[in-house]
Amino acid sequence: MATIQFDLVSPERKLASLDANEIQIPGADGDFTAMADHAPFLTTLRPGVLRVKAGNDVTEYVVTGGFVEISGTAASVLAENAMPKGEVTREIIDGLVAEAAAAAETAPSEEIDMANKRVADTKALLDII
Amino acid sequence: MPNLKDLKNRIESVKSTRKITKAMQMVAAAKLRRAQEAAEAGRPYAERMNAVMANLSAAAAGSDSAPKLLAGSGDDKVHLLVVATAERGLCGGFNSSIVKLARAKAEELISVGKTVKILTVGKKGREQMKRDFSDLMIDHVDLSEVKKVGYVNAHTIATDIVNRFNAGEFDVATIFFNKFVSVINQVPTAQQLIPASFDADENAETPFYEYEPSEEEILTDLLPRALSTQVFTALLENGASEQGARMSAMDNATRNAGEMIDKLTIVYNRSRQAAITNELIEIISGAEAL
Repeated sequence: MATIQFDLVSPERKLASLDANEIQIPGADGDFTAMADHAPFLTTLRPGVLRVKAGNDVTEYVVTGGFVEISGTAASVLAENAMPKGEVTREIIDGLVAEAAAAAETAPSEEIDMANKRVADTKALLDII
Repeated sequence: MPNLKDLKNRIESVKSTRKITKAMQMVAAAKLRRAQEAAEAGRPYAERMNAVMANLSAAAAGSDSAPKLLAGSGDDKVHLLVVATAERGLCGGFNSSIVKLARAKAEELISVGKTVKILTVGKKGREQMKRDFSDLMIDHVDLSEVKKVGYVNAHTIATDIVNRFNAGEFDVATIFFNKFVSVINQVPTAQQLIPASFDADENAETPFYEYEPSEEEILTDLLPRALSTQVFTALLENGASEQGARMSAMDNATRNAGEMIDKLTIVYNRSRQAAITNELIEIISGAEAL
């Protein structure tokens, strides 16, 4: 089965770089799955869970804001915050929620919807851990 | 003729100074490695971000709806200078070189009638900028409690800058930092943050992307993040440069202390010899007189 080169980087480190069969990505306008020969695609991320399937291994990461760049052979995820799901604790998510809420309060009026959506998405992360 | 005891004390004191500078050099070497690793770890993200932003902003630059962070406020009267320096001294010309560049820029802007505001990151820069521009300083970011500069710190600074920009406090923002080239070479650099500028890699081939949501929305979402990334890169470069500069400064200091000890030891031995000779002459001439 054809594979796609997958990279997950945060500003501080490279979390993963491997050949994956498929990657489920929480895009800003909805989740999608990237597989080999996906059309060139660029989208922003919403806070959510990213699943990477390589062979029979499934790895899950919690990601918040950033973007995904997909070409036919490679998918690069640049997430502002990214960590393996196992490392995520309630405190971390609480921190992210607080940060999102603070950003929503100071957001200019035309961006308020976006900011509120971010708060909601971040809160939804609490359910998955 | 300095007396022997003084000389001996002097040698001891230089020796202990040498021990300290030697220790500082080794600490800096260890920290430098870590700082370099951090800078390298941050590079893939910064490079991808830069490439994508260059691509997006080139497309948006012409349109009227381009976000303000990219297009600017349409004015360039008020300039914000972000001066990023170290929290500590004893690192050669590291802090002074950044301040020197920032000061030259500030003076140049003032001479053409622009308003200058200064935001400092790092204690040393604030101390030096305060001498000349104390009335222009608007804020200071203290990182002395931060052990390892993280993205969070950069993000806080960038958010502050963006908020000030949105509040109309300034039109153009530039950050000053030292770019790390090698242990003995750091280049003071000025980088424009707002309006955002991205160097496009001319050779990079960009496939025709499908965007979701629209290109403009992605741009609006990513611009503040790109700004944080630029600040973060600057802080990382600064971190590596600081340790590099300290390492070579302390290496020089250690070597100078060594030279000084050698010189002092020669003087010491000579005066000891002279004292002995003197005593002998006294004894001999005393014996002859009998």
